[in-house]
Amino acid sequence: MNRLLKHREIFLALAILLVLVLVTARFPRFAQPGNLLTIFNDTSILMMLALGQMAVILTRSIDLSMAANLALTGMIVAMTNAAFPGVPIPLLMAMCVVIGAGLGAFNGILVWKLNIPPIVVTLGTLTIFRGLVFVISGGAWVNAAQMSADFIGLQRAVFLGLPVLSWFAIATALVFWVVMTRTPLGRSLYAIGVNPTASVYTGINVGRTKFYAFVISGAVAGLCGYLWVSRYVIASVEVAGGYELTIIAACVIGGVSIAGGIGSVAGVLLGAIFLGVINNALPVINISPFWQMAISGTAILLAVVLNARGERRKGRIILKKAEAT
Amino acid sequence: MTDTTLHRSLPDRLDNPLKSAVLSWESLLVLVAVAIFILNSFASPYFLNAWSLSDLTFNFTEKALIALAMALLIISGEIDLSVAAIIALASTMMGLALQYGADTPTLVAVGIGVGILCGAFNGFLVTGLKLPSIVVTIGTMSLFRGIAFIILGDQSFKGYPPSFSWFGQGYVWWVISFELVLFLVCALIYWVLLHRTVFGRRIFAIGNNDVAAQFSGVRVDRIKFILFCLTGLMSGIAAVLLTARLGSTRPSIAEGFELEAITMVVLGGVSILGGAGSILGVVLAALIVGLVTFGLGLLNVPGIVMTIFTGSLLIVVIALPILFRMWRQRA
Repeated sequence: MNRLLKHREIFLALAILLVLVLVTARFPRFAQPGNLLTIFNDTSILMMLALGQMAVILTRSIDLSMAANLALTGMIVAMTNAAFPGVPIPLLMAMCVVIGAGLGAFNGILVWKLNIPPIVVTLGTLTIFRGLVFVISGGAWVNAAQMSADFIGLQRAVFLGLPVLSWFAIATALVFWVVMTRTPLGRSLYAIGVNPTASVYTGINVGRTKFYAFVISGAVAGLCGYLWVSRYVIASVEVAGGYELTIIAACVIGGVSIAGGIGSVAGVLLGAIFLGVINNALPVINISPFWQMAISGTAILLAVVLNARGERRKGRIILKKAEAT
Repeated sequence: MTDTTLHRSLPDRLDNPLKSAVLSWESLLVLVAVAIFILNSFASPYFLNAWSLSDLTFNFTEKALIALAMALLIISGEIDLSVAAIIALASTMMGLALQYGADTPTLVAVGIGVGILCGAFNGFLVTGLKLPSIVVTIGTMSLFRGIAFIILGDQSFKGYPPSFSWFGQGYVWWVISFELVLFLVCALIYWVLLHRTVFGRRIFAIGNNDVAAQFSGVRVDRIKFILFCLTGLMSGIAAVLLTARLGSTRPSIAEGFELEAITMVVLGGVSILGGAGSILGVVLAALIVGLVTFGLGLLNVPGIVMTIFTGSLLIVVIALPILFRMWRQRA
């Protein structure tokens, strides 16, 4: 059992399987491949956002502004599309990534150069970004009629049996897996989380690496801004309100330690899928969607308890608050 | 950063008291508050009026009550993100009690009781199971508000008795509201508790180094547990005031309060890393947030735009002293 707990991914996969089996026992159609793919597609945006959040949490930071970043970039891109329907979609997506990364860089600069705790910085930018959505839109919505057919249609196009949105999630996951396990940047994200002081002595620039983490989470949030707006075909101030906590929930359930240094791409993906499966299963077994919030809250608490059992392996840290903070 | 390490140790009157009082964070906050007050009175002809100023206080008292307890919690090195959800759950339970014919004292007792219970649950998870408070309270935040959603769904509770509404709408004397009086009394109690008692010194000790505090005989876990209960208690009180003021309960009540309460605490000079801060600062910060939002409201600025101001205020007020220090070091 203890070994199972250490392998969070296997444990989560079993938990997801259990939910699937339980629901399918009563409603056989739930586990049909078509429905499972729908659930995967529904969860794609959450998976991408959670991966971005993981990069930040690994460095002992947190990004509370991701949902607001998403809403702001989503609104900008939707308004651009409404005003200039001729602009090609790939260009719009590039624009989203750049704007999102820019907003993330703003967070990162404050954390890196001014040494302000990330939770304070992103608490502030969360309200600023969301307020800006209102300022640029004047409180108005951008709805389906104003968006171009390509803008809405791109992510719904089916490629090799899967919607393009799902392919986005798969591609993001692959990129993250390569960066996290195969590049110096990815390894230094982990190193900083495990021991910032030792990281300094090994030649890692802690502040700059945190900055990169925020740029990554910002860029992902920006891209998801387009995906969210085109998926739900509405851009408004309220888009993804409160979603920052769902993102963090997916990370925590996926085994990412809020104390930094622990977490894997597979775990985060499974954490997001777990939430996605629960959300899709509730209406099927006829439980009111109002239960959703309490259930994900309980899932987070259970996950934290499990995380804590796996993490009790910290060595002694001498000179805890030296150069690295 | 040896600088911050030094800053976070506990100096006992090493500087000239007068000089440090003038240069303190609190005097900066007073200046900001006075500046905003003057700006407001120029910006709107309706501002300088006893009833306007009285309305102003309703803007921030409920959040500020929570901020008082939150300040102690953050100084001790923990945080509670679930306070707004506690308000939602406490308010829902009061509504439920109302359906069973509860009278005003019972309603108040239910609200405050639920608040304390929620706080104790947070405290147990953090101190009993040794879990990080930020994740725990993100979890309980969903859980508490989730229970409110399960009970209420898309419905709402209405029909609170007038004697109950007095808590949120009543005046003690002329324009002085009950909410304001309660806030001032609580602020005084918390000031004494933090700055004039052994308990308060222990909170600072824990925030600076909880291992050292433990070895000095401070019951770290017990104090942290009490602080979580206090935060729950204040959230329960805020739930009573807010429910009484609005006269109805919806599961989405008090959404976003946790961020505003934390903004007040941090703006008030409490270090988010723990170990430093003052109640006076928090009270001043609450006043500033209230002044800003009320002044902008008089100018017909929509609420969502105001959040840009509070968000920027939070970052700018924290960034400025750091930039100033960096500039001085370079010069």
